[in-house]
Amino acid sequence: MSVSSRKSLFVENLRKNAMVEMLSKGQRTDGRGLTDFRKLTIKAGTMIKAEGSAQVDLGNTRVIAGVKIAAGAPFPDTPDEGVLIVGAEVLPIASAYAEPGPPDEDTIELARVVDRGVRESHMVDLKQMVIEPGKKVYTVFVDVTVINVDGNLLDATSYAVVTALATTKFKKMTIKEDQVVQLEETSALPVTTIPVSVTVARVGNILFLDPTSEEESIREARLTFATTEGKPCAAQKGGTSGFTPEEVLKALDLAVEKAKTIEPILREAIDSAKKGSAN
Amino acid sequence: MNLIDENGTRIDGRKVDELRPIKMEVGVLKNADGSAYIEWGKNKIVAAVYGPKECHPKHLALADRAVMKCRYHMAPFSVSDRKAPQPSRREIELSKVTREALAPALILEEYPRTAIEIYVEVLTSDGGSRGAGITAAAAALADAGIPMRDLVVACAAGKAQDHLILDLNDEEDKEGQVDLPVALMPNLGEVTLLQMDGILTREEFETAFKMALEGCKKVYEIQREAVMQRYFGESRPINKEA
Repeated sequence: MSVSSRKSLFVENLRKNAMVEMLSKGQRTDGRGLTDFRKLTIKAGTMIKAEGSAQVDLGNTRVIAGVKIAAGAPFPDTPDEGVLIVGAEVLPIASAYAEPGPPDEDTIELARVVDRGVRESHMVDLKQMVIEPGKKVYTVFVDVTVINVDGNLLDATSYAVVTALATTKFKKMTIKEDQVVQLEETSALPVTTIPVSVTVARVGNILFLDPTSEEESIREARLTFATTEGKPCAAQKGGTSGFTPEEVLKALDLAVEKAKTIEPILREAIDSAKKGSAN
Repeated sequence: MNLIDENGTRIDGRKVDELRPIKMEVGVLKNADGSAYIEWGKNKIVAAVYGPKECHPKHLALADRAVMKCRYHMAPFSVSDRKAPQPSRREIELSKVTREALAPALILEEYPRTAIEIYVEVLTSDGGSRGAGITAAAAALADAGIPMRDLVVACAAGKAQDHLILDLNDEEDKEGQVDLPVALMPNLGEVTLLQMDGILTREEFETAFKMALEGCKKVYEIQREAVMQRYFGESRPINKEA
């Protein structure tokens, strides 16, 4: 059952009013403009036991993604494709509002929206992730651990997942006498594109990007677009308010435009990790 | 599978911008405070509303407004392969987006410390069940007499075999390229749900999005008629002047 949420940062009305007032002038409390992101730092390959990993720091938001690859059965409706599963967990250390336990609906939504962006962009060519057609395929688990929450988990998580997948190296597998055997030969995932998630927040008629936790407590609604090569491939509206049709199209344009500056940051992190592991 | 033939006719005989047949009835459950039943193509969905009522457990209650509780749930026999009755991750997400699609329409401040429970039970699923569920749930909320700013309707657009199409059925949803469900408050012109999976160009997105909004407006005529039937027992023309 989905219940109205009450676990958000408490911000006094005076402070809220001041924030909205500033936003209406195109200003933010931390000095950013409406479409500025906070400092985005991406480090790939930080977790040596994972086949691929990335730590993303977006302002004070910190998430770590790790990739593990196993052999498994394909889904019955896609017998000739590998399996990709994105999971997320917001650790109790991540904020005063997080609790231990199974993922709540916000965390499930987080994992599913990030999954959708990666899947629908066809970032990983799952047709190439087959060990024996119809029987055994590679199962790619991407698990995200949120270490510190300060807003915009959707985008930070997406960047971590994308970077971890793009820098994954795994041991190939084959079937010998009905047993799955790991080979010494390693391979990268068949990566075809780098999808970029950009979430647009709305308060009043103001659209802005990369909200902090404090800003998320005043935003009325959000709209996330994942784009690949300038084209939207996944979307999700969230929050207990809506958008006008004009705002939806404006949000898409903002997301496409912002992706042009985010994608090089992702690619640089991926390339430098690949160079590092080659040495 | 060939989803659209050379004449632009879809597998169920529809044109690209045509809705499936929709039938709605409001006030179908005796015990619920509000209810609605919708048949949308092969979808069969019943929605029920209980409340505003005492909020349990009490610690969930909010001091300044009613709490919304929402459950989208599929019957085990609603799909080809039996669906396990416990909520899947998909149903948990759809419960959330359904709640967030309906929330903008409700004046929750009228009922502080109470709970409003919304149940969407999918009995047979045929693609577009979240939209049909939202459309039925909004009518059930109106039936429960809960003050609303507007009704909420939903409809999907998408892409299959390189054609932009309205209101995807099960085959088009599964075999097609893009699904773009949209919910709308038709009088306020506010989009309260938007999801998408699949790649569109910027131009295709705008066209498909506007198709979905037009679809929503057609669904609204049917939904409004069903609510009017419940309250007045006869159809009333929409007063465009008002």
